[in-house]
Amino acid sequence: MEPIISIQGLAKTYKGGHQALKGVDLEIRRGEIFALLGPNGAGKTTLIGITCGLVNATAGTVVADGHDIVRDYRNARTKIGLVPQELSTDMFETVWSTVSYSRGLFGKAPNPAHIEKVLKDLSLWDKKDAKIMALSGGMKRRVMIAKALSHEPSILFLDEPTAGVDVELRRDMWEMVRGLREQGVTIILTTHYIEEAEEMADRIGVISRGELILVERKEDLMRKLGKKQLTLQLQDKLTAIPDGLASYPLELSLDGTQLTYTFDAQAEHTGIAELLRELSKNGVDFKDLQTSQSSLEEIFVSLVRSRA
Amino acid sequence: MNVYAIAAIYRFEMARTFRTIVQSIAAPVITTSLYFIVFGAAIGSRMASIDGVSYGAFIVPGLIMLSILTESISNGSFGIYMPKFSGTIYELLSAPVSTAEIVLGYVGAAATKSVMLGLIILATARLFVPFSIAHPLVMLAFLVLTSATFSLFGFLTGIWADGWEKLSIIPMLVITPLTFLGGSFYSIDMLPGIWRDIALLNPVVYLVSGFRWSFYGVSDVGVGVSLGMTLVFLLLCLAGVSWIFRTGWKLKA
Repeated sequence: MEPIISIQGLAKTYKGGHQALKGVDLEIRRGEIFALLGPNGAGKTTLIGITCGLVNATAGTVVADGHDIVRDYRNARTKIGLVPQELSTDMFETVWSTVSYSRGLFGKAPNPAHIEKVLKDLSLWDKKDAKIMALSGGMKRRVMIAKALSHEPSILFLDEPTAGVDVELRRDMWEMVRGLREQGVTIILTTHYIEEAEEMADRIGVISRGELILVERKEDLMRKLGKKQLTLQLQDKLTAIPDGLASYPLELSLDGTQLTYTFDAQAEHTGIAELLRELSKNGVDFKDLQTSQSSLEEIFVSLVRSRA
Repeated sequence: MNVYAIAAIYRFEMARTFRTIVQSIAAPVITTSLYFIVFGAAIGSRMASIDGVSYGAFIVPGLIMLSILTESISNGSFGIYMPKFSGTIYELLSAPVSTAEIVLGYVGAAATKSVMLGLIILATARLFVPFSIAHPLVMLAFLVLTSATFSLFGFLTGIWADGWEKLSIIPMLVITPLTFLGGSFYSIDMLPGIWRDIALLNPVVYLVSGFRWSFYGVSDVGVGVSLGMTLVFLLLCLAGVSWIFRTGWKLKA
């Protein structure tokens, strides 16, 4: 299927000489939730900024839903909604008027029914006549999302949508994003919270120092890079790993009460059964065992580290 | 043409005007009234008439221009400076709007406000001094043209300004002196030789002179020259704005 966003060779060097993007190629599929992960200053916001028209690219092209974002900016931008990272809203306007304003700005005829639906979906309906400055931070964030959805975009950019948002609102927001996807909206989000990407994304891109270092389906990424660990609580303390077990990648905890075996969850042969047989052969007894899989966060940290 | 966007920006800006009605309308009206009390009634009664026009009536067009120029610049600059300051400019930059549409919305609203203000001051002045308007349509044309031109100029300063101080520098340090020296309170014919020639370098002279002609049929410079100069300044401002939006100067990284 034709990608909804196609980015080619995108580069940006800021005036001070800082190279924020170094030739990024990326395709976003129609209808997916794409999470862009990366440490601070990796280039996430620059990438979004260029696509939405806030930043001029130094080189490269972006095509959104078949429209070049520079040559055919009118059609491209009509398709895109942006929720930036910072909470920037007009203070003295009411919720209703600021959301209606956004719709007009994006060239759509007034449609009170749509604005009403957006406000209701975001639990803002009872605040529609409130001045924005009287709202809490979480509510302001919702207002910004409502503004971005006011013109019925088919692509939504969420730059750090849940930064500084409490747990409950974060859950609500995830629900809302899933709801949007069901309506056919393609969503690109950047986040620091790995949990967020793990929870929602279909695909994940990792960006570091202006380079896209990988793009994978979330499951593939976790499977490919995910390591599993088997931890055994020993019955009796060990001072060293018995010689008979030397061929296994085992680690003994400092206090000698715990053995950890790391293996590839994907491998045909995990070696667990053999290990357990070998353990009893060597007279190592255990009272409990558990397995754990590395989280996306651990994968992410190791990825970015290995590049640094 | 994204008509909905122009309308949205225009309405947004006009809403701001009515929200700050005291500051936007009452303040300039009170200031102008003070000018009339001091210059028109107190001092004016002892002044000889100029070109057959009583001094009180003579300063009416100049005073309206004085307010229009400063208010157009401050409206035009504030409208675009605020989104830059608060960060809401992101929306304008990401919207499918062209330079012309943005300018029409912001400058249109700022100019509307200035024209309204000009008419209100005109009505206020009528309470203090009797005068008649010889060429009402020309008067209106000058009012609209000047409001639009200086709102556009204000828009440029609003984009240029990166702090509150810069925002007030242009009206304070450039426009106010130019207006005072531009014949708001006197005919430049009253100036001695060389100063009269220097005064002709001041663009405000042409605005005030043309505007005064529309009231009383007398002027320092020909009304055609006044109109021409105003249009030249309008075109310069338009060129500046289109350059800014093409390059993203001060707006885009």
